[in-house]
Amino acid sequence: MYRSHVLVCGGTGCNSSGSHHVIEKFTEEIAKAGLDKEVSVVQTGCHGLCALGPIVVIYPDGTYYTQISADDVPEIVQEHLLKGRPVERLMYDEENAGTEAKSLADTDFYKKQTRVALRNCGVINPEQIDEYIAVGGYEALGKVLTTMTPEQVIQEVLDSGLRGRGGAGFPTGMKWKLCAPNKADQKYVCCNADEGDPGAFMDRSVLEGDPHSVLEAMAIAGYAIGAHQGYIYVRAEYPIAIKRLRIAIKQAREMELLGKDIFGTGFDFDIDLRLGSGAFVCGEETALMTSIEGNRGEPRPRPPFPAVKGLFGKPTILNNVETYANIPEIINKGAAWFASMGTETSKGTKVFALGGKINNTGLVEIPMGTPLRTIIEDIGGGIPNGKKFKAVQTGGPSGGCIPASYIDIPVDYDHLKEISCIIGSGGMIVMDEDNCMVDIAKFFLEFTVDESCGKCTACRIGTRRMLEILDRITKGEGKIEDIDKLLELATYVQENSLCGLGQTAPNPIISTIKFFRDEYEAHILEKRCPAGVCKALLSYNIDPDKCKGCTLCARNCPVNAISGTVRQPHVIDHEKCIKCGQCMENCKFGAISRK
Amino acid sequence: MASTISSVPFTGTSEQEAKLKEIIASLKDVPGSLMPVMQQAQDIYGYLPIEVQTMIAEGLGIPLEKVYGVATFYAQFTLQPKGKYNISVCLGTACYVKGSGDIYEELKKRLGIEEGGCTPDGKFSLNSCRCVGACGLAPVMMINDEVYGRLTPDAIPGILAKYKD
Repeated sequence: MYRSHVLVCGGTGCNSSGSHHVIEKFTEEIAKAGLDKEVSVVQTGCHGLCALGPIVVIYPDGTYYTQISADDVPEIVQEHLLKGRPVERLMYDEENAGTEAKSLADTDFYKKQTRVALRNCGVINPEQIDEYIAVGGYEALGKVLTTMTPEQVIQEVLDSGLRGRGGAGFPTGMKWKLCAPNKADQKYVCCNADEGDPGAFMDRSVLEGDPHSVLEAMAIAGYAIGAHQGYIYVRAEYPIAIKRLRIAIKQAREMELLGKDIFGTGFDFDIDLRLGSGAFVCGEETALMTSIEGNRGEPRPRPPFPAVKGLFGKPTILNNVETYANIPEIINKGAAWFASMGTETSKGTKVFALGGKINNTGLVEIPMGTPLRTIIEDIGGGIPNGKKFKAVQTGGPSGGCIPASYIDIPVDYDHLKEISCIIGSGGMIVMDEDNCMVDIAKFFLEFTVDESCGKCTACRIGTRRMLEILDRITKGEGKIEDIDKLLELATYVQENSLCGLGQTAPNPIISTIKFFRDEYEAHILEKRCPAGVCKALLSYNIDPDKCKGCTLCARNCPVNAISGTVRQPHVIDHEKCIKCGQCMENCKFGAISRK
Repeated sequence: MASTISSVPFTGTSEQEAKLKEIIASLKDVPGSLMPVMQQAQDIYGYLPIEVQTMIAEGLGIPLEKVYGVATFYAQFTLQPKGKYNISVCLGTACYVKGSGDIYEELKKRLGIEEGGCTPDGKFSLNSCRCVGACGLAPVMMINDEVYGRLTPDAIPGILAKYKD
C-alpha cells in the first residue's frame, strides 16, 4: 500500500513538453528522500489539458500541478510529499477564478465534463493490465461471454443508441446486427485508429491512456458477430499509442483475455496491429481494409458493404476507437444508463479536441447536446488575448464551420447537420477575428487535393479546380461568378465521388460561403482581406501624423522599401514591399496600419 | 510529388540485406504482409530505394510495380534518403492557424532547401507533416524524435544551432 500516488501524464502532448524527464526526476527524488516505499509514481494517459503540460496530479488529495519541469520536482517532493504542504505556486490557477488553487475535480475545465470514453485516461497506468482490471476492466467481456447470447449483446448496443464516433454517426448496434447473420468461415472485427483529421487527437488519447478498453470492446464485438480475429489499423505517427497497444495485447494474451478459450467459454479471439503509413484516405472504411490487405489504400464501391464482403472478402465490422471505448461501460452499466445521457437522437457523450485560438487547448468529453457556448467559454476558457470569437471548424476537412451567431447551438449529430456541419471525429478548431475564412477553406482544400487517392475523377480533378479558384480569390484575382462556380463544382464533386473523402471535401467551401459570403465578396470586389491574412491583398501604410521619423521601420525593413529622413514622416514603397509586417511590429508609435 | 528516383548511390550492406531477408521469411505467409515488410525495410535502410523494393518484390513473390505502387501511395514511405537530422514541420490545422507556415518558410530560408530536400552535407532534411497530435503546443516541429512546441520564427536559429555535429 502506498500512502500517496504521483500521477504524471505520459500522453503525446505532455511527453512533448518533457514529462518523461519529470517522471525520471520524481523516481530519483522520491528514492533520495527515502519515500519509495510510501509514494508511487505512475505514468498515466492524457488528462486533457494539453496546453498546460506536463501535468502532475498527486493523490489522495488530487492536487493539480501544471507546466511542471524536472527542476520543480525536488521542491514538490520536499514540500508536498515529505512535509504535506502543497506547492501553491505550481498549482493550476484558473484564470477567471481568482487565485485560489483547486483540486482537479473542482476546475471549470473538468466540472462540466462527463468522462465515459475517457473514464480511465489520466487515472490508470495504461501499461499495467492489473490497473485496468482493478477499475473493472474485462468484467464486461466476462459478463458477455458467460451470461449473454450474441443477440442480447447486439440488442444492448442497439438500445444504448450509440452511434459511430468516427464521423458518419451510423448506429453501432445496427452495423453489428447487419453483419452477425452473414455466414463465412472467417469474419473480422476491425478498429479504425487511423485518426487523420488535422487537429483531432481523441482516439490517440484513448489508445495511449486506456488501450485495454479497446481490446475488450473488440473481443465483445467479436463474440456478438461471430468473429475470431481483430485488426487495429493505427497510424504510424502515433508511436506512444503503438507501443502501449503492443504492451496491452501482450499482457491480455498472457492473462488469456485474448487468444484461445477466453474465460473457459470456448470463445477464441485474437488481435493484431497494422500500421498505417500516412494516407488520410485510409480512414475511410473500404480504403482502410484495402490497405490492411497490403495494397494502395484506395476505396472500393459499396455495395457490397463490409458487413457482407469486407476485409479479405469476408464479413467485417469496422468501428472507431472512441466508439469501442464506450462499449464496456454500456455492457457494465446497461443501455438505459447510456441512453439517459445526450439528446433524443444522439445518445451518450462525445470527446472533442479543442484547438486553435482558445485558452484551454486539449481534450474534453461532454454529453451530446451541450451548447457550443459551454464548450468555448466555460470549458475552453474563451479566446486568448481578448480577441473576438469568429467561428469554430468541426469535422476537419470533411466538416464545416459554425459561425459565432450560432454559439448557443446544442452540439449533437442532428443540430449540426441542420446547418450543414458535422461532428465528424470531434476536432474543433476555434477561430478568432484574425482568421480569414477564405484562407481556411483554401487550407482544407490543399489538404484534400494532397490526400485524394486519385481514383475518382471528380475528386482528383474537381478538388484541384476548386483550389485554383480559391487561390485566385485570395490573390485578388477572383471574379464574382467564381462563387457560383465553386458551389456548382462542389455539388458535382459531392455527387460523383466514391468515398467519404471526395463526398465531403467540398464541405468547408460550402459552409464558409454560406456563412461568410461577405468575406469572399470583399476579396473579389474590394480586393481586400477583412481579417488581414491574405498577403497579396494587404497594404501597409504609415500615418504621417503619428510617424515621428525614428527610422526604426526603415532599418527593420528587409527589402529597403521604406524611405524618409530622420524626424520626418516615412513612406512605404508598395512596389517593393513584401508585406512581411516587420515595420508594423517594430513601430513604437502605432503609426503603421494594415488594410 | 517529390522525385521518386534517388540520385544518391545505394550503399546497402550485406548485414542489412540479411536482416531484410529474415523479416521477409518470417512474414511471407501472413496475409497482407507487404506493408509491414516495407515499414521494417525502411527502418533498416532509412528509405526505400529501387534496390530494396526489388529485394522485397522478389522475396515476397509479387510484382515490383505493386511494391512501387504502394511505396509511392503512402506519405511515410520515402524513396529519398533523409538527412542526419530530419525536420518535420506540422502543417495541421491547429498549427497552421497559429503560424506554422511562417516557421516552415523560415526553415526553408535558413537551410536553403525546399520541401523534401536535404542539405548538401547530408545533415538536415526538411519535410512538412500532418498533425502530430501535439495541438496543445502549436505550432510544432520535430527534429528526429525531439518535439519543439510553441515556436516562433525567431527561435529557429537557436534550435538549429543545437545540431552542430
